[in-house]
Amino acid sequence: MPVQYTSIVDEHLTVRSAAGIFDISHMGEITVSGSAAADFLNHILTNDIRKLAIGQGQYTLMCNERGGVIDDLYAYRIAQEFFLLIVNASRIEVDATWIRQQLEKFPQRNEIQFTDGSDNYAAVAVQGPKVKDFIAEVISGNAVGGTKVGCVTDLKKNEIGIFHFEKENVFAARTGYSGEDGFEIIGLNAAIEKIWDKTLAAGKPFGCVPAGLGARDTLRTEVCYPLYGHELDENTTPIEAGVGFFVVLDKGDFIGREVLAAQKANGVSKKCVAFKMTDKSAPPRPHYPVWIKDAKVGEVVSGTQSPSLGIGIGMGYVPTEFAKADTKIEIEIRGKRAAAVIVKKPIYTKI
Amino acid sequence: MSNVPNDLKYAKSHEWVRVSGDTATVGITDHAQHELTDIVFVELPAVGRKVKAGEACAVVESVKTASDIYSPVSGEILEVNQAVVDKPELVNTDPHGNGWFYKIKLSDAAELNALLTPENYKAQIG
Repeated sequence: MPVQYTSIVDEHLTVRSAAGIFDISHMGEITVSGSAAADFLNHILTNDIRKLAIGQGQYTLMCNERGGVIDDLYAYRIAQEFFLLIVNASRIEVDATWIRQQLEKFPQRNEIQFTDGSDNYAAVAVQGPKVKDFIAEVISGNAVGGTKVGCVTDLKKNEIGIFHFEKENVFAARTGYSGEDGFEIIGLNAAIEKIWDKTLAAGKPFGCVPAGLGARDTLRTEVCYPLYGHELDENTTPIEAGVGFFVVLDKGDFIGREVLAAQKANGVSKKCVAFKMTDKSAPPRPHYPVWIKDAKVGEVVSGTQSPSLGIGIGMGYVPTEFAKADTKIEIEIRGKRAAAVIVKKPIYTKI
Repeated sequence: MSNVPNDLKYAKSHEWVRVSGDTATVGITDHAQHELTDIVFVELPAVGRKVKAGEACAVVESVKTASDIYSPVSGEILEVNQAVVDKPELVNTDPHGNGWFYKIKLSDAAELNALLTPENYKAQIG
């Protein structure tokens, strides 16, 4: 996927007001199945997989023993004993290696099948408030698996269905990474290629445009969704990153639980906060220092000019004592400090 | 296709130079603004600063990234264009006109011979 097709700002604003389609084929698709699959996933992931009925998905994290994040992902229960994990492109190999290692140590390993289908699968994300008006022209008919809806637009947030597309089956999930309503469609490479063309044709009267990685990043930054390698890494925990909601301590033991339980009980020393620039300045960028009262206290992890708000925005880590909305901070940009303020997440909300 | 006016000289790093006597006006090319897109911030050198050819002396920020701008010629900065600081989108809409960056007093006019002609620049950007 290119950074942009026309302009990041145009693509971004079109997704906010109408619709855009993103090629997200770089994402990884891992399947875990078998009678012990749910128990195994609950052992390696932080959210509680047992909450998922067939055809439902959840945001979840995979942590190491120190509570550091190996990856953040979406887990879908496609059938009672069959799970699909959508993982970050940059982490496919690390994830697959980690999962295989944990599987070898897992007592019921013989009742679990694991595949990395990332090379065979492609995916698109169709995002924006108008998507529901045309997506059924592309993914037509009723679901034959997952959540068995009569029409793709009957899927609710985080639900996934299997649909016939020409002679193939594709997954369609009502989710996304833009803060807008939309769908992610996953299937074999050839089918997704056709879905790309068909979506652009069906979406054209509704203003649907192809959108690139640049807009994907500005959209997710405005709504404060973490991006692996920025807000999350192996030395940062979900609690510090502000996604502790997806760490379920009462589901039984899982990798990283000890550290995460202690952090939930006793607090953490640093937290990921969102901020807005308050003076006219260059946009904040990753790795710029964060200052509070003449002390360097942290670092920006994501930063850009917000196309929706027309100001610089970002996220960064600061000591917990400062991690409160309305705290005045400064961002060091090429040796000069510019004023900013910590704000509640998300930075952008629809009016 | 990018606009490459015939009355300008060009640097390989995508700046243009308009010479008038012993001073020159400098900006970035239509091709450069098109590649950067959505320019949201421009930082210009201080008036009176002496810069060398090839020295980074301004910064252009698009939504995508921050890019250094290199002075195509050596000399002293005489004047900067406050209009592009106030309205950075001028660099997108009028890169060779109202979107100019700074005027510089040339210290070595021979440097101009090392710059690209419009034809050579067109060939570079293909």
